[in-house]
Order: sequence, then C-alpha cells, then structure tokens
Amino acid sequence: MKKFTFEEKIDTRSGFGAGLVEAGRLNSNVVALCADLIGSLKMGDFIKEFPDRFFQVGIAEANMIGLAAGLTIGGKIPYTGTFANFSTGRVFDQIRQSVSYSEKNVKICASHAGLTLGEDGATHQILEDIGMMKMLPHMVVINPCDFNQTKAATIAIAEHYGPVYLRFGRPAVPNFTPKDQKFEIGKALLLNEGADVSIFATGHMVWEAIKAGEILEQKGIDAEIINIHTIKPLDTAAILKSVQKTKCAVSAEEHQISGGLGESIAQVLARNYPLPLEIVAVNDSFGESGTPDQLMEKYGLTANDIVKAALKVVERKAAMKSLSV
Amino acid sequence: MLIENVEKTTTVEELKKIASQVRRDIVRMVHCCSSGHPGGSLGCTDYLVALYFREMKHNPQFNMDGINEDLFFLSNGHISPLWYSVLARAGYFPVSELGTFRKLNSRLQGHPATEEKLPGIRVASGSLGQGLSVAVGAAQAKKLNKDNRLVYVLMGDGEQQEGQIWEALMYAAHHKVDNIIAAVDYNGQQIDGPCDKVMSLGDLKAKYESFGWKVLECPEGNNMEAILATLEKAQSLTGQGQPIAILLKTEMGYGVDYMMGTHKWHGTAPNDEQLAKALAQLEETLGDY
Repeated sequence: MKKFTFEEKIDTRSGFGAGLVEAGRLNSNVVALCADLIGSLKMGDFIKEFPDRFFQVGIAEANMIGLAAGLTIGGKIPYTGTFANFSTGRVFDQIRQSVSYSEKNVKICASHAGLTLGEDGATHQILEDIGMMKMLPHMVVINPCDFNQTKAATIAIAEHYGPVYLRFGRPAVPNFTPKDQKFEIGKALLLNEGADVSIFATGHMVWEAIKAGEILEQKGIDAEIINIHTIKPLDTAAILKSVQKTKCAVSAEEHQISGGLGESIAQVLARNYPLPLEIVAVNDSFGESGTPDQLMEKYGLTANDIVKAALKVVERKAAMKSLSV
Repeated sequence: MLIENVEKTTTVEELKKIASQVRRDIVRMVHCCSSGHPGGSLGCTDYLVALYFREMKHNPQFNMDGINEDLFFLSNGHISPLWYSVLARAGYFPVSELGTFRKLNSRLQGHPATEEKLPGIRVASGSLGQGLSVAVGAAQAKKLNKDNRLVYVLMGDGEQQEGQIWEALMYAAHHKVDNIIAAVDYNGQQIDGPCDKVMSLGDLKAKYESFGWKVLECPEGNNMEAILATLEKAQSLTGQGQPIAILLKTEMGYGVDYMMGTHKWHGTAPNDEQLAKALAQLEETLGDY
C-alpha cells in the first residue's frame, strides 16, 4: 500500500478561510455573508482584505440565503457561511426555491459538519445535510478531506456556475493531500490501487480509510482507496471501474446511513453492477456531547469500523463466489 | 434622490386602459386552466401597470443581471397572472403565450420560475416570505456595482406573517439599503379569512417604522393618480439612508364586482358564466390574446 504522511493537523474550516480570501483575490465578484459566526468560519482574512464585499447577516439564516440569491443578480458570486445544520435543515425551502430551483450561483459553505463538531452536541451535529442537499436538482455537493483540499475546493467552486454545497469541519485533522492541488469537481481521486475491496470515503473519513487500508494490508487484504470528495455529481465511472475489479465495496462518511454517500453508491451498484456493499456511517441515531475522537469511536466511524466492514464484504464476496455458477 | 432622467410619458388615461386589458387577461388566463389566483392579481393590477408602463426604467430585451435598470421582484408569486400579463403587454414575450398559463411544458408556470427562462423573471417565488430577502440582496449588488437604479418588490399582507420578512426588514435598515421600494398589498385578506381574524398584523406601519423603514401609505391602492403620487414620493425618498415601504391599500378582486369585498377569490377560477360577467365589466382596450 502507498504510504501517506502529513506534516501537521489543521482544521478544514481554516482551509475554507484560506480559500475564500484567495477566491476573493482572483475574482472581484466574490462576496461573502455570515450569520454571526465569522470567527468560527475563519472569514476574518476575507473581511480584512475586502470589507466592502462582506455582509454580516446576524442570526438570520433564511434571510442570508435569500440575500445570496439576490446578490447574484448583478453578477456577484456569494459564499454564505454558518454551521452546517443552520446551512441546510433550517433553510431547506429557501435553498430549494431561491437557490436551487432558481439556479443561482450561490456557494453554501457549511462548517462544523458531523459528529466531530463535538461538545455542543446533537442539536448542532448535522448528520443529514448531505442527504438534504444531494436531493436538490442543480446542487453540487462537496465534502473535502483536509485543509489543502478544502482550500482548493473553495477556490474552484467560484469557477463553477450554479449552486454548490461545500461541507467541512471543526477539528484539526491530518493535512495530507498536495498543497497546490487543482480541484476538479466531480472527479473521484484514486489514492491507493488495490484488488480485493474498494473503499469509497469522503471528508474526514478519507484519512480513516487510509489507516484502514494499512490495517487490512497486515491482514493480507489489498484495499483500493478512493476519495469521493464530490457526492454530487457522483463519479459513477470511477466507482464502477473500481468495483468491476474488486467485486466488493465499503463506503465511509460522517453522516447518517440514510441519504448520504453510501446510499448514492448503493444506487449506482444496484442499477449497474450489484455486489456486496457495507456503509460505514451513523446508524440512524443523533449524536451527543463528547470529544470528536470519542464520538467517532462511539458511533462507529473509525478506521477499525472500516476494516470490519471490509472484512464483511470480502467474506460475502467469497460466499457468493462459492454459490455462483 | 437616486434616480434622475426617467422619461415618464405614459398618461393616466393610457395607464387605465392598459390596466383594463390586464384585468381581462387575468380572468381569462385563470378561467382557461381552471386554476390560479385572480383576487390578488386584480387587486394589484394598477400598481404593477404603473411600475412597468411609467415608473420603472427597464428593458423588455431581458437580461438577468439587469445592470442600469430598475428591477421588480414578485414575492407573493401566486399573483403570477398579473405579472405575466404585464410582462407580455410590455413586450417581454408574445401576448399570445398568455394562453399557455399553467399548461404542461409552458414557460408560464403556476408560480413564477426561472427554469423555463421566461423573460422578466429573476427568481422563483411562490413559497412566501423569500422575495424581500432576494430583492434586498439585488439592491446591495447594485450598490457594489455603483448602479444607481432602484429595486422594487411586492409582497402580500398575509405574507407578513412569515418570519423571514422581518429578518429582511431588520437587515435592510441596519445596512441602510436605501435603493429599495417594498410594497405590501394591504388588502386585509388571506386564504382563511380577513387577516385580522386569522393572524392580526397589528399596526403594520408602526412595525415597519420601528424596524427602521420609512413608510408611505397609499389608502387608494386602486386609484392610478394616487399610486403615481405615492411612487413619486417614494422615489424622492430613496438614497437617504433608509429603505422605503409602501402600504398599498387595494381591494382584492378589484374590477370584477362579485370578486370584491370577499376573500373567496384568492385562489379560485371563474367558470364560464362568471367569466362572461367579469369580461362584461372590463373594457377590451389592447386586444384580447
């Protein structure tokens, strides 16, 4: 298996902040809005450099979505910023009508997604956001894996015309992807080639998938590891190419088992190439207060959980083989 | 005052004639597909005719960004028949297309939408409470672009019950969005009855003022001269650090006697007999589609 290393751990939301100010430099039409969370969203650098292009909305997320839609009329490229739960569930109809259905060039940037938000607890730990956003026509859904990738994605989405949901997190995590990578929306990234099982991971689970790959190697299982940073549009070609080789798959995400990456992959497989699939995700439960690491452990979102899932599908694959004609 | 040099040549007589034809279009459109919202559409006809045929600087060769043009947003999207008729009569698309209202594959969707690229529409509306936020955002885009044209938005009075309206009102005042003129169709009616019975708005003028807006009242919201005077006054107040609101006291169903004085025609289409009665009361001035 390929060796992956990192120099430091940084939070992906800082990647967003770094990407935002860079996007602002590259395109004077980029503007930003925030609902009373500029520190948490790391928007300070953008605000310092482009104070006239920043709009403080206060604790009024529905208005923020509408404002962003309106700002596109006149050619602006608005990036909205708040926690992921306030970015989606709270304002679903606003996104649906004013942004998605109206095909507005709004970038909904959602921080503190998932369990790793930590001690604030379940009211803030959104686990349904990928599901909500991927169901909206015209919406692009991106969940980058580390600081470098989040920065690159933040810059790249300014070049894409149409609504985007960009999801990232609170805690410091290994920064292992290349520094000045070019981010391509919708293109899955093959991290490690393998023959025995395909592991498709997104966001914080990509590093867990890499660790899982190392453990599986010790057990004699050769895992193919793919980073699916874009849940919609899904790189179905890359998924099918991989599973046609490995014949079994595991998905991993910091999200409910319903409505996320796993389910999208299940659709692709069921409709094209049915084979054993395990979905590593939160099993239809809300989160709770705890440290990020404790929560990922308790709710089954660690490398070990990916390993267990991989062993399951490898076994089912073998069982199917012994049954088949 | 922000805007200068808008030639306003259409006379009151001409505007009244246009309004009469628009009213004919409305009742015919909703009758044709047996659905739609005639009450509010008829009530706001005079106001929208005044805007599109005299008060707004706008281009029927439609461009989404609307640079150097006045913009109009319809937040109470259910009165789409009115907006479609006004847009068609103003040259945005063929008048004959009005006959496709709410039909399958039509560009004239039940509630305004942008997917079909109907010229004149800049955002979808229908789910209430969202249009004011969009209008405020568009007004701020104009400021960033150093574009000193205005943004107009129309909302329902029942719609004031949606919380997002108050988020947008608070924001516009705080950020001194003074290039916006927001009107409320103050007809006192909503689906389940008079607003006062369903969910009283209280003293709406005082509420808007306490939220930092400058409020003008137009007690004769179906009187063209009164509407024009109110709009002139509103325009003169722009650019002074405060957003402007107009409480437009209209009568639902105005122009068709049996539709007036009741909330029943919010969302009901006239049948053949009722249509004939309505058309008998409205002069055909520009030619039915």
